[in-house]
Amino acid sequence: MSNSPLTPGVVPGRLPAEAIAGNFSDHEAPLDAHEARVAADRCYFCHDAPCMTACPTSIDIPLFIRQIATGTPDAAARTILSQNILGGMCARVCPTETLCEEVCVREVAEGKPVEIGRLQRFATDTLMAKGVHPFARAAATGRKVAVVGAGPAGLAAAHRLAMKGHDVVIFDARPKAGGLNEYGIAQYKSTNDFAQAEVEWLLKIGGITVRTGVALGKGVTLAELQKDFDAVFLGMGLAGVNALRAPGEELSGVRPAVDFIAELRQAKDKSVLPIGRDVVVIGGGMTAVDAAVQSKLLGAQNVTIVYRRGQEKMSASGYEQEHATSAGVRIITNAAPVAVHQAGAAMEVEFAYTVDGPDGMTSTGETFRLRADQVFKAIGQTLSGAPEGLALAGGKIAVTGAGRTSVPGVWAGGDCAAGGEDLTVTAVAEGRDAAEDIHAALMAKQ
Amino acid sequence: MADLTSNFIGIKSPNPFWLASAPPTDKEYNVRRAFDAGWGGVVWKTLGSEGPPIVNVSGPRYGAIWGADRRLLGLNNIELITDRPLSVNLEEIRRVKKDYPDRALVISLMVPCDEESWKDILMRIEDTGADGVELNFGCPHGMAERGMGSAVGQVPEYIEMVTAWVKHYSKMPCIVKLTPNVTSILPPAMAAKRGGADAVSLINTIKSVTNVDLDSFSPFPMIDGKGSHGGYCGPAVKPIALNMVGEIARHAETRGLPISGIGGVTTWRDAAEFLAMGAGNVQVCTAAMTYGFKIVQEMISGLSQYLDEKGMRLYQLVGRAVPNFVEWQDLNLNYVTKAQIDQDACIKCGRCYAACEDTSHQAIAMSPERIFTVKDDECVACNLCVNVCPVENCITMVEMPKGATDPRTGRVVSDYANWTTHPNNPSAQAAE
Repeated sequence: MSNSPLTPGVVPGRLPAEAIAGNFSDHEAPLDAHEARVAADRCYFCHDAPCMTACPTSIDIPLFIRQIATGTPDAAARTILSQNILGGMCARVCPTETLCEEVCVREVAEGKPVEIGRLQRFATDTLMAKGVHPFARAAATGRKVAVVGAGPAGLAAAHRLAMKGHDVVIFDARPKAGGLNEYGIAQYKSTNDFAQAEVEWLLKIGGITVRTGVALGKGVTLAELQKDFDAVFLGMGLAGVNALRAPGEELSGVRPAVDFIAELRQAKDKSVLPIGRDVVVIGGGMTAVDAAVQSKLLGAQNVTIVYRRGQEKMSASGYEQEHATSAGVRIITNAAPVAVHQAGAAMEVEFAYTVDGPDGMTSTGETFRLRADQVFKAIGQTLSGAPEGLALAGGKIAVTGAGRTSVPGVWAGGDCAAGGEDLTVTAVAEGRDAAEDIHAALMAKQ
Repeated sequence: MADLTSNFIGIKSPNPFWLASAPPTDKEYNVRRAFDAGWGGVVWKTLGSEGPPIVNVSGPRYGAIWGADRRLLGLNNIELITDRPLSVNLEEIRRVKKDYPDRALVISLMVPCDEESWKDILMRIEDTGADGVELNFGCPHGMAERGMGSAVGQVPEYIEMVTAWVKHYSKMPCIVKLTPNVTSILPPAMAAKRGGADAVSLINTIKSVTNVDLDSFSPFPMIDGKGSHGGYCGPAVKPIALNMVGEIARHAETRGLPISGIGGVTTWRDAAEFLAMGAGNVQVCTAAMTYGFKIVQEMISGLSQYLDEKGMRLYQLVGRAVPNFVEWQDLNLNYVTKAQIDQDACIKCGRCYAACEDTSHQAIAMSPERIFTVKDDECVACNLCVNVCPVENCITMVEMPKGATDPRTGRVVSDYANWTTHPNNPSAQAAE
């Protein structure tokens, strides 16, 4: 007996195993050497290039593309990685359509930007395939820095600190390092276990110890870290999930989208993952899109993203939205969840239509229901388990300058810190810059 | 469709596009395909003396340079003249000409520099039905070491002597193919004319090394770890060829000598430019070797459309640019232009700014919003910004009207005046 998209309930194998495997392969095929040369030739080598300004890590994009064009992708990779040590992952997950490629003069002129993201992947993949780590550590300083969280911010901070000659210990609550790169990115953006390969490659700098299964309040406290280390960097991300605050939220078919995505990422064989015939995803960001698209790729028949505000307010980019709709996902906007009802073995999610007016969002009073075997909440994550004594701003750790918290000797960056977009590339920039600041502070104390 | 029928020194062809003497015209099979594709004429790959044919290398004969997307910009070759027996070539020429009587078929020749050799080869080709001969005084590699090809073309006296022999022993129209590997193209052209040539064709290839392999340190094309210079052709050589054609077309002693234009003709536009610069027809090789024979169809349709749009006959295009091809000293020093940037067309890449600021006259301003504007009081109108701008017609040179004041020099734009009368010219002052 085999299942199909029409099979009722939450079941695995709605599509043939090969089809599912194919669905989760590279969303965008890597460029081969010739394609990369052709794509690189399109770059105008702009003066004071807008793409470089748009990049949160300020990668010298015209330079690395010219290095590809002249047959030296390894040098291109060095240009990228010197600014962004996770340039390989960023090449895969950056919303380039709203960053570098959006401001590419060829996008402005022709609606067809230089393929910066794919070129970056070509360069970094070329270097990493050689197993080469292009950076060496400075002489040991004898200083020790604790990094909490092995996600993009923590890894970037740890690498930069290790490169400067400091000894680093990274603590992470999960069994594997990588943070959202490992647990939170859609599978088709990070194939072949790339997140772990990248972590291993990054750690080749040396001087970094990773301790997993440890978090603040779980095996270690900030006070202990402050005592045992010369500086602390907090990059633990946002572990909490916002609640729907609607009756029925406690039903077993309602779960955080991030959990579904993490489970999917960790499954070696996606065809054993159960998925509903009808899936409703509530939210308007990249997490919502990643959960919805992957539900569809597992074989769900009907997948609907419902966002409470207008389409223009969705934080998922136009490109991401188009990706979702082309995968067969329906997007409903201006509808807020009211309640989740049990309906036989399945559920019905009740929504009320909304309008965005000058006085904020109001309900029109009109409601509708969507059948759902599974409901994924993707309405944002929150900081949880922040140590006492740290000043917060907007629910996140308040920082000034390069990630300095209100407590001397403690820096923070990435999603857990206030300010900046919650993007991998932003987290890398913040981790890197905090590391430079920590280095300056430690060296000044000599 | 404009009438493209061509009559070049009495040799008629349905269009002015001939294939140059080169690998594409080496044998009957290729030439038939070329004629079937629409080429107006061919110059058959160079024949040598009767006897054992020459041999070619059995490694790479070509080297190249490329632009974006591996577009071939320049090709270099070390192939010699035909390596097939003379009798085979002559038999094939006879057959092809018989089947394509309306096409031009000219035979390229290269034999040792003595009267007997030339007399002999001319007698052997007499009854092939070919329309003319082209004397290969251009080939710069291999054969030149043996005293032929460009070794002859670099010595005007030899050109004149051999041309005279050919005119003496043959009634066929005679085209002398010139080498660009000379200090000036004029003495060889004059020598050809003195010798009685009906026309010159140019340019043959330019001595060149396309690249050096950075692992084996061999120049390219590489034969067993060694490289020898080859002859360069293709789009990259067009500017050199256009200048040489124009120099012959305008010079008092060579003016009126028919010219077959060769050198990087890739599109109808290139061909039209050669014709305007004084060529009576054009010969093509690299473009065909890159894209195949079908490209002639674009050349035919393009030139035809152009002539129709201009309301011009083919012969009216020939030489049309020659009166405007002058010496530097004849240029109007009172012609003042300024670069102007079309802000609607500008894509804000900033290349004009980088070029002007770093390497020229600091005449372009850049605002924080990436608006690029020309500073008229600094702009010398050098045109570099136009050349580096990726958007065609975004930056243009706008002529200042007479009577206006050039903000850079403070001088009023006045009537034509050139260097010969300029106060800074010592010669001009001496003449006063």
